[in-house]
Amino acid sequence: MPMTTFDDALLHGGRLRVGIDVVQISRIAQSLERFGDRFMHRLFTPREIAYAQQGTGLAAERLAARFAAKEAALKAFDLGNEGVDWRDIEVRKLAGGACRLELHGKAAALAAERGAGEIALSLSHDGDYATAVVTALRPEHS
Amino acid sequence: MSDHHPLDEQIRGVLAAHGRLGQDARQIGVDTDLYQAGMTSHASVNVMLALEGEFDIEFPDHMLKRNVFNSIRSIRSALSELVPA
Repeated sequence: MPMTTFDDALLHGGRLRVGIDVVQISRIAQSLERFGDRFMHRLFTPREIAYAQQGTGLAAERLAARFAAKEAALKAFDLGNEGVDWRDIEVRKLAGGACRLELHGKAAALAAERGAGEIALSLSHDGDYATAVVTALRPEHS
Repeated sequence: MSDHHPLDEQIRGVLAAHGRLGQDARQIGVDTDLYQAGMTSHASVNVMLALEGEFDIEFPDHMLKRNVFNSIRSIRSALSELVPA
C-alpha cells in the first residue's frame, strides 16, 4: 500500500482547493514605471492588458487584481514550483461584468491532473490593495 | 565549499533594490530563505526582471519557480546556467 504522508493527505486528499493573494496597487504601479512593457507583457495576456488599459487611470488597479488572481491560482493548484507561465493563468472579463479564470497550457494540464473541476474566482480592491480568491472543486467521482 | 561567488554581489544589489527584504541584502546568508525574509511574490517578479536587465538574460518558463528565487544560492545556480561564462 503506498505511503501517504500527512502533508500529501492535506494537499491532495480533499475535493476543495483554495488560494488567496493580496497585492499593493502602488507597488504594481511602481513595477510598471520601472520595468514598463517587460513587466506587463511577461505577466499578462493581450486581453488582460487591453482591459486594463480601457478606462483612464485604472491600469494598476486592474493589473494588481489580475496579478493577485494568478498568484491565488498558483496557490490553489500548488503550481509555485512547476515553472508555469503567468500568462497561462488568465482572468477573463465576461460581458456581464463577472470575471472567470481561464487556464491554458501547462497550468491547465496540471490543474486538470490535480482534479480541478469547477473553478471560481473573486476579485476585489479598495484603496491601495487588490485581492483575489480562487477556489476549485473536484468532481465527486474522479 | 566556498560561500562566495562572483555573481553574489550583483544578486545582493538586485535584492537590496527590489527584494523588499526585512533585513540588509548585503548581509544575509547565501541560504537564507528570501520569502521568509519578507520577499513577496510580486517582489520576486521585480527581482527576476531586474536580474534579467542586469545580466542581459531571460529566465525561461521552466525557471519561473518559487524555489529558483528562494535564496542567493538558488538564484546564483539559475544564473550560472544562463549567463555566458
